[in-house]
Amino acid sequence: MTMKRFPPRGRPLALMSAGMIVLACMIIPAAMAAEQPKAGGTLTFAVAAEPASYDLHRETSFASIHPVAPHYSLLVKFDQWKYPEIEGDVAESWNISKDGLTYTFKIRKGIKFHDGSVLTAKDVKATYDKIIFPPKEVVSAREASYEMVKSVEAPDDQTLVFRLKWAAASLLANLASPWNPIYKADILAKDPHWYEKNIMGTGPFTFVEHVKGSHWVGKKNKDYFMKGRPYLDGFQAIFIRDTSARVATIRGGRALIEFRGFSPAARDDLVRALGPKIKVQESPWLCVLTVAVNTQKKPFDDARVRRALSLAVDRWGGSQHLSQISIVKSVGGVMRPGYEAYAATEAEIVKLPGFGKDIEASRKEARGLLKEAGYPQGFGFTFKNRDVKEPYEIVGVWMIDQWRQIGLTANHVVQETAAFTKDLRDGNYETGMDFACDFMDEPDLQLFKYVSSSKNPSNYSKYENPKLDELYEKQSRTRDAKARRALVREFEKIVLNEAFTVPTLWWHKINPHWAKVRGWNALPSHYLNQDLADVWLAE
Amino acid sequence: MGAPPQETVLPRVGTAPSRLPRWLAAVIWFARKKPLGTAGAVIVVLMAAGAIFADILAPYEPLATDYAHMLRPPSAAHWLGTDTFGRDILSRIIYGSRTALLVGFGASILGATIGAAIGVASAYFGGRVDLIVQRLIDIVMSFPIIVLALAVVAILGSGIVNLTLAIAIPFMPRIARVVRSSALAIRETPYIDAARAMGFGHGRIIFRHMLPNVVAPFLIMITAFVGQAILLEASLSFLGLGVVEPTPAWGLMLRGAAVEFAERAPWMAIFPGLAISAAVFGFNLFGDSLRDALDPKLRTG
Repeated sequence: MTMKRFPPRGRPLALMSAGMIVLACMIIPAAMAAEQPKAGGTLTFAVAAEPASYDLHRETSFASIHPVAPHYSLLVKFDQWKYPEIEGDVAESWNISKDGLTYTFKIRKGIKFHDGSVLTAKDVKATYDKIIFPPKEVVSAREASYEMVKSVEAPDDQTLVFRLKWAAASLLANLASPWNPIYKADILAKDPHWYEKNIMGTGPFTFVEHVKGSHWVGKKNKDYFMKGRPYLDGFQAIFIRDTSARVATIRGGRALIEFRGFSPAARDDLVRALGPKIKVQESPWLCVLTVAVNTQKKPFDDARVRRALSLAVDRWGGSQHLSQISIVKSVGGVMRPGYEAYAATEAEIVKLPGFGKDIEASRKEARGLLKEAGYPQGFGFTFKNRDVKEPYEIVGVWMIDQWRQIGLTANHVVQETAAFTKDLRDGNYETGMDFACDFMDEPDLQLFKYVSSSKNPSNYSKYENPKLDELYEKQSRTRDAKARRALVREFEKIVLNEAFTVPTLWWHKINPHWAKVRGWNALPSHYLNQDLADVWLAE
Repeated sequence: MGAPPQETVLPRVGTAPSRLPRWLAAVIWFARKKPLGTAGAVIVVLMAAGAIFADILAPYEPLATDYAHMLRPPSAAHWLGTDTFGRDILSRIIYGSRTALLVGFGASILGATIGAAIGVASAYFGGRVDLIVQRLIDIVMSFPIIVLALAVVAILGSGIVNLTLAIAIPFMPRIARVVRSSALAIRETPYIDAARAMGFGHGRIIFRHMLPNVVAPFLIMITAFVGQAILLEASLSFLGLGVVEPTPAWGLMLRGAAVEFAERAPWMAIFPGLAISAAVFGFNLFGDSLRDALDPKLRTG
């Protein structure tokens, strides 16, 4: 497979085009932000699934966050126009002590819950106590991310203090998590499960109704603490499971946007059908498809065999071609490619096994490794996958063809998600398609996938490596960005050489929406930027 | 007033002087008297040949992806075009006939054999056994075939073996019912009484004396069900419950990308669809004509 290259005389033109695209990417969001917003109207958006519960502290799916987030505020949040910069939400300002062990937040005055009661630091403390130190019977999905927190204190109504056990580089970003809406202390004290079935926040929209199997409605919060926001009179989320039906809903104008994203084919259909009425926002996506290899099953207990699986994959060719038919695109290691602070550059990643650009040389090496391991003719194995077409089945078919080219025959076993996940968790598989999606670029989140299975049950490969665990801890406590980056590179090198779980391709988010929807910027995560406070309709 | 009944008598091979082998004479007779059935048989034979000689006939490997030729329309290099992975659609259709025939014949033979055994046993034992078996058959037959197959495949999971079982199960009661009616008449014949009088066991009477005498309806039902089984296989694969990618299968070729790219690359849906239609049409024509030829009640003379 060869990469398509610009002919020499076309290069200046190509460079100019690339420059213009980069410039446009910088200017358009700024221009959109500078437009004079109009108040009024209802935003309708499509959601592919329904929320399992309304409590975002326990949920992990976009199906919950998309309809629920507009009802809540966070302590701090990512600035949608300057990602990954963080701005205050209920926090007016904050201060980090020199030793990095104390974070003090000033809470804005006059913030009201939708029932009219006033939000104080005690509500924020109760919220974070539930997330970090949940009572026994309460599920907190991201409790492990706050291991460094010793205590949360509210010395007065306007002050909140986090005291840490060790200085952690990721705390502030973790506090900007969209999964941490601020709940009311009194309600939590009475019933920590209340929020699973009810809504009571301080966000830009109040809750009106949720009709299961149909829709979710929110109405403008007239007492919202940010003056002049939200612009919308309300929003309506429509639940539509079928992808083609969701595309048709956008095409017909019944919904104006779908925040998770569509395939390239759906984008092209909408653009063809609606012309200038549709705008397409595209963004690298903080999700990656990985292949989990069960290191307790022969011959995958042999690192040479695992590495051969990774070496067989033409990621650069796949990126170029699969991005035309699927939502996968970028080639990268353990961090999202393009995230300058911590991701490997192209020059760095091509030196690692399975990421070189000479695929024939990689495959030759793979065949050599298989021969060394005692499988000169290759072998057959099962490859388990989810029954989700986009991008699981598409990438699955591609992987099987890649392995075929070094003499490996993979039997594709496609399962319903619950059965598939159970098999992966129970170790009842040889190889399987796994994924990792996070809400922000942060080594603590992305690297956690690869720490030893005994420390992280979602590392389904049953792989143990104390050196990796040590590196993970070390980078997490390193506040100097350069030193931390070096540790991340070292971690990545071990992961890709041991190949117990290998990244395939990173996702690419495509959000076609009606051009009249303004004030929403597509970020690398479909969990972020969902409070809709800045969204407005141009017509 | 209708036209006088046509005389359609099977050739009396052996009584009239003929140099043709018996089977060939029967084929020629069938071709003359049942032209539509013959057309169906030709389709079936072509399909079987495609399945058997796929390695020789298919111009490309059915699993080989070719990203330089994704979504190409029909051309000299790819007669029926390529799919989203650049795979040759003609090659996948030729190899897909293997899946169709494997599941079609597998499910029909399995369902017909077990169904025939149940039908004969029910007729032979009669009384309460027959009553209970027939009521159970009523219950199973009250579900449409596709619904029952969907339920079975949802329980067993996808894959060729499970799919074959899922299609065979709804066929069983239907075949049992037809075979039972033939077996009821056979049960009353003197040679069955004679076998009983000689003290033969139930198993011997059912399998050695009754089953061979219901072969005609058994064969007719098999041919009739192959077309249905192919259609069911395609339907279940289309719904994502049948065989899985990258196995070449016609129903699977219609699923997913073929829908998504229906406007941009219609050949992805048209050709597998035509293959399914032709196969079902062929088996139905052949099955109907075979039934007419083998059923003495439909013969005149």
